[in-house]
Amino acid sequence: MNLLAEVKEGLSISWEAIRANKMRSALTTLGIVIGVVTVTLMGTAIQGLDRAFLDNISAIGADILYVERFEWFTGSREDWLRMQKRPRITLEQAEQLEGQLTMSRAVAPVASRDRPVRYGRAESASVRIIGSTEQYQYTGGISIAKGRFFSEQEARGGRPVCVIGSEVAENLFRDEPPVGRRIRIDQQSFEIIGVLEKQGSLLGLISLDNQIIVPLPQFTAYFRNNPDVTIQVKVIAVDQIEEAKEELRAVMRRIRGLAPAEPDDFGINQQDQFVQIFHRLGGTIAAIGLFITALSLFVGGIGIMNIMFVSVAERTREIGIRKAVGAKRRTILLQFLIEAACICLLGGCLALAIAWPLTLVMQRFMPAALSPPIVLIALMVSLITGVISGFLPAWRAARMNPVDALRNE
Amino acid sequence: MSLIRLKRISRRYQMGAETIHALREVSLEIERGEYVAIMGPSGSGKSTLMNVIGCLDTPTSGEYELNNTLVSEMDDNELAEIRNKEIGFIFQTFNLLPRSDALRNVELPLIYAGVPAEERRRIALDALASVGLADRIHHKPNEMSGGQRQRVAVARALVNKPSILLADEPTGNLDSKTGAEIMALFSQLSNQGHTIIVVTHEEDIAKHARRILRIRDGLIASDERHEGARPATVPPASVP
Ligand SMILES: Nc1ncnc2c1ncn2[C@@H]1O[C@H](COP(=O)(O)OP(=O)(O)O)[C@@H](O)[C@H]1O
Ligand SMILES: [Mg+2]
Repeated sequence: MNLLAEVKEGLSISWEAIRANKMRSALTTLGIVIGVVTVTLMGTAIQGLDRAFLDNISAIGADILYVERFEWFTGSREDWLRMQKRPRITLEQAEQLEGQLTMSRAVAPVASRDRPVRYGRAESASVRIIGSTEQYQYTGGISIAKGRFFSEQEARGGRPVCVIGSEVAENLFRDEPPVGRRIRIDQQSFEIIGVLEKQGSLLGLISLDNQIIVPLPQFTAYFRNNPDVTIQVKVIAVDQIEEAKEELRAVMRRIRGLAPAEPDDFGINQQDQFVQIFHRLGGTIAAIGLFITALSLFVGGIGIMNIMFVSVAERTREIGIRKAVGAKRRTILLQFLIEAACICLLGGCLALAIAWPLTLVMQRFMPAALSPPIVLIALMVSLITGVISGFLPAWRAARMNPVDALRNE
Repeated sequence: MSLIRLKRISRRYQMGAETIHALREVSLEIERGEYVAIMGPSGSGKSTLMNVIGCLDTPTSGEYELNNTLVSEMDDNELAEIRNKEIGFIFQTFNLLPRSDALRNVELPLIYAGVPAEERRRIALDALASVGLADRIHHKPNEMSGGQRQRVAVARALVNKPSILLADEPTGNLDSKTGAEIMALFSQLSNQGHTIIVVTHEEDIAKHARRILRIRDGLIASDERHEGARPATVPPASVP
């Protein structure tokens, strides 16, 4: 008897057995269902986070260094309190820095504050106002959808112009083209000279489209006169970012008048930190998910094993009959393995049916979707659980002595 | 050359400290086409002998040759193949699969022989027709009478064209009339050349056979042949 015929026969026997014990089979799969739902949701969530991350991290260029008072991911509260005592990074320091760097392509001081914005009767209560120079168009990870960015002259002061984010444009202007219109930012009138391309949000938290960029002189005049600035530095080559960072650190220390023994009183941040923290986060989520999954699959597997032992015991006579007419050990082993695998696969399908609407809910928060690889993984996991937990009972069945099995009543 | 040749076959069971001698150095030869009845009191070793002959059980010692092959040394899988190809079993308790219909029960040995589905169905249908159950093929065992069930079992035993039919008290669970019908079927099969071994403790039934082996305490007490066996009570039909 060839393997294919045996598998076919095993499938039809399992199907009969499962149908004969519908309720029992359904209850047995519960553990598997929970496990596979977890696998599916975890997988989908991690994929979703990954995709969201990749979508959003683009706002933080891989070739940009951010000089700030704070380091992005501080270890402890003490660190944070210490950093708070650091002196501000001033516009003058930013200007000095720009003149002394050799490994950078663009340097943009950036200050920001949330302000209300009005156009006619339309109002946005809180928009991030960014004050910067024309260099910001190279460091800010932005691109212009309509109009233009402000020039070097405009950045030095004079005419109050601004470039608005796509969300601001949507909120304030319904049908009119925004370019050329004047809006009021906190009572001050600005002419819109450009609209930015839609950027999305940073990790789904901070909208990057609800912002307006204005020249620094206007920002300091109207919104905050002595701001704590971030200096965005775009390096010439990403593969030399570490060297550029060292140069930047040295220059910055000199500008801030630090003695050789003193520690840095500023932070140099970069995308890499985000990526690392994200991977750590993703790793933690995956580990928790894996643990829950493994636990429920283990419990589910024990359930399957238990029920398969019952099934084998109940069908001892059947096993005897099959052996008497020529079933080999392998045939019987396969029959019960297939039965366990089928029960688990049904559980897996059930789990996917449960997980699918849940992933639709998840889609509201992240770009998550039940992808074919995840479906495949879920089904493989169920199958493997079935085969592993069914093995011992199936082995017992396969090794039964036909005479004893037939005598069983 | 004999079809079945047992040489000093013993089968012992260890029950704690006690050893039960179910068979004690039994030697026996049975030719192709013989119709043998095995008789003896309960517990004398009849079923044990049948199981050894049918390759369901392996002897503790001794040699068993079936069709000139030494089967007493074979492993589990080889024995399964021998049972599938050479042996047709009929049991007192029928031993049909309860959830499967008559057709599927009869198909079972063919499935394990790897016969393709269509051919399998055709052969099984023929076998069921030959035992007079052409109109019961889709009945489950619990939808049939004892006699009908035993006929399904006979059809199943015949379906792989085995060398030997082994029946262990085939009429034990049947009323005497139905029992007689089954025995008539056996006589008919014997007349067609099948080798048949029947365990029974009814003299009446044993009379159908042409050779009677009497067993007592795991030993062959007597071995008589009588050529004037009772003829079949129903005319022979087309039995495979
Ligand atoms: N699996 C077993 N374990 C222990 N003793 C057994 C087993 N099978 C049979 N016996 C013993 O072997 C002897 C012969 O049994 P058996 O062949 O079934 O007798 P019969 O069929 O003639 O009634 C009996 O004493 C029985 O108790
Ligand atoms: Mg017996």
